[in-house]
Amino acid sequence: MLRSLGAEVVPVRRPADLDGVAGLVIPGGESTVIDKLTRMLGLAVPLRERISAGMPVLGTCAGLILLSDRLADARPDQQTLGGLDVLTRRNAFGGQNESFEADLRVPELGSRPVHAAFIRAPVVEEPGEAVQVLAALPDGRAVAVEQGALLGLSFHPEVTGEPRFHERFLAHVRAA
Amino acid sequence: MGRYHRGMTDTTLRPTTPSTGTTRVKRGLAEMLKGGVIMDVVTAEQARIAEDAGAVAVMALERVPADIRAQGGVARMSDPDLIDQIVASVSIPVMAKARIGHIVEAQVLQALGVDYIDESEVLSPADYANHIDKWPFTTPFVCGATNLGEALRRITEGAAMIRSKGEAGTGDVSEATKHIRTITGEIRALSAKSPDELYVAAKELQAPYELVTEVARTGALPVVLFTAGGVATPADAALMMQLGADGVFVGSGIFKSGDPATRAAAIVRATAQFDDPAAIADASRGLGEAMVGINVADLPAPHRLAQRGW
Repeated sequence: MLRSLGAEVVPVRRPADLDGVAGLVIPGGESTVIDKLTRMLGLAVPLRERISAGMPVLGTCAGLILLSDRLADARPDQQTLGGLDVLTRRNAFGGQNESFEADLRVPELGSRPVHAAFIRAPVVEEPGEAVQVLAALPDGRAVAVEQGALLGLSFHPEVTGEPRFHERFLAHVRAA
Repeated sequence: MGRYHRGMTDTTLRPTTPSTGTTRVKRGLAEMLKGGVIMDVVTAEQARIAEDAGAVAVMALERVPADIRAQGGVARMSDPDLIDQIVASVSIPVMAKARIGHIVEAQVLQALGVDYIDESEVLSPADYANHIDKWPFTTPFVCGATNLGEALRRITEGAAMIRSKGEAGTGDVSEATKHIRTITGEIRALSAKSPDELYVAAKELQAPYELVTEVARTGALPVVLFTAGGVATPADAALMMQLGADGVFVGSGIFKSGDPATRAAAIVRATAQFDDPAAIADASRGLGEAMVGINVADLPAPHRLAQRGW
């Protein structure tokens, strides 16, 4: 997705990989595993430093969980990188049988709705004052939030081929 | 349907009601497991150890393949109580196995709310002619394959994830190597063919022409490809990743070893850092006894599980 939008993409697996990276995507996956690996590989501390120094980050699904300051339904030992002043609930819809696709209105991205895939997805329940809610479910729970250069999504725009959030992330990177 | 459906009030959303069980969300969950390790567990306690070690998912079953092999008899779907306990004990996805062709075992697993169903040759087949029609299910399926044709037939039946079979319960990685090399090699061979050769290729693969042309064009399966069957060490797992697997299933290799928690974490690390020999060396230290293992060459043909499925 990012390559098709003209960005150069490199994987970040060790602290040295972060040098020369202008923005970061934390993708989907199991947030428990990403948490363990970032700590095991010595990435958690440098990532927190870069995030607080203003590095733009796009976090989707598990990535949203990693960017959240507070978690609900998490493992007691689970840590996050933080940066988004939100409470995020893991697996908010249930198991895989409740995973779904739906259209979302996202006024910031124009009038055309975003078709989104929610896969064992989290939701944002308590966005802080500095957090802008870009999209919410009809029941009011936020599923796309932004705070400064940090963009957190409950769903997977890449699964449905939706480029506009990635474009917005790249605009943050260019502006940084 | 989830809460979202029931709570929907906004009329502008009505034209596209939220839909569950779509191909995108089925295949999408497997995408989220890429680069990870899925571990066989037989108790809630083992499931917690697996989650603590960094498993991306667990496979809930009553006996690991090494015990099925040792004890013999008919191997079936697990007890629903056991599956419930494992689902309740972890926050990561839970998979469970149904017998090949056993439609009702799969229906039961869906009703229990597992996240993925493995239509598995490790259990005794229920149908020696047909696999399950997987399209009507909301729960996604993973199926085993020893070659590209078998993988494409499973995808045609609705599998949302493929794992190469290997030879489960042996601790001998040689069959896993053979099957992942066969599948990736056949994909490369397909990509090299001219368009007019793909008709015969489809015939020889015994797979639909449209799917064959898609694989030839993209150079990959349209679903995630994991590997399984005989992985017992961090180096085994890294080998599978270097050979092109998207991730690794580890069955008997963890809980049949001397120190399951340490070995499980080491295999997770080696899978994530599969291209870094120094990291794999580090992960391989101090693991205690590996599972004893059986050489596949010493197994009489009727005892080879990989030959189940067609």
